[in-house]
Amino acid sequence: MADRESCLCSGGPKLIFACSGAADVGAIADQAARKMSKDGIGKMFCLAGIGGRIDGIMKTTEAASMILAIDGCPLNCVKACLEKAGFTAFKHLQLADLGLEKGKSPVTEEAVSRVADKAKLMLA
Amino acid sequence: MKKIQILGTGCPKCKKLSENAEAAAKEMGIEYTLEKITQINDMMKMGVMVTPALAVDGVVKTAGKVLTVEEIKKLL
Repeated sequence: MADRESCLCSGGPKLIFACSGAADVGAIADQAARKMSKDGIGKMFCLAGIGGRIDGIMKTTEAASMILAIDGCPLNCVKACLEKAGFTAFKHLQLADLGLEKGKSPVTEEAVSRVADKAKLMLA
Repeated sequence: MKKIQILGTGCPKCKKLSENAEAAAKEMGIEYTLEKITQINDMMKMGVMVTPALAVDGVVKTAGKVLTVEEIKKLL
């Protein structure tokens, strides 16, 4: 992605924010977002940049055509981060809704793909 | 001395933003430097993934918009 020299002005990107938390479900959310980015479905972006109010990340997020928040657990940290930064128009995927319970969900390829498949539908 | 940076790969939108930024600075009579950042890696270092973007004194003010001269004046 970073090596392309094509123009970046053809429309706002679809941005994906994952909680990337310490628990198993955080890892699944993170890896699903990375998979989606690699597969060209959207672009994973830095949630920490939203928390830190980094100007470039904030302005890029404001220009996004669509935003997806992937939260690993019901604490909904991604959702809270985005909302506290003033973003309200985003889609939200909660892994518990897919039956992935915190502390009881091994980080497997199957789990990552399940989340990525569901998230892909939400960004369509 | 204001440091104006235009982030974009050089497409017509980026050029227009650059022209408008220069016009805004000149109309305001301020001293400025204008830098064009055209490498995507350099843009990403500033957290920008959508262009054209405008930064003033190192702070990204807008991304994905071609601002008018009047709009840019408010940011300088």
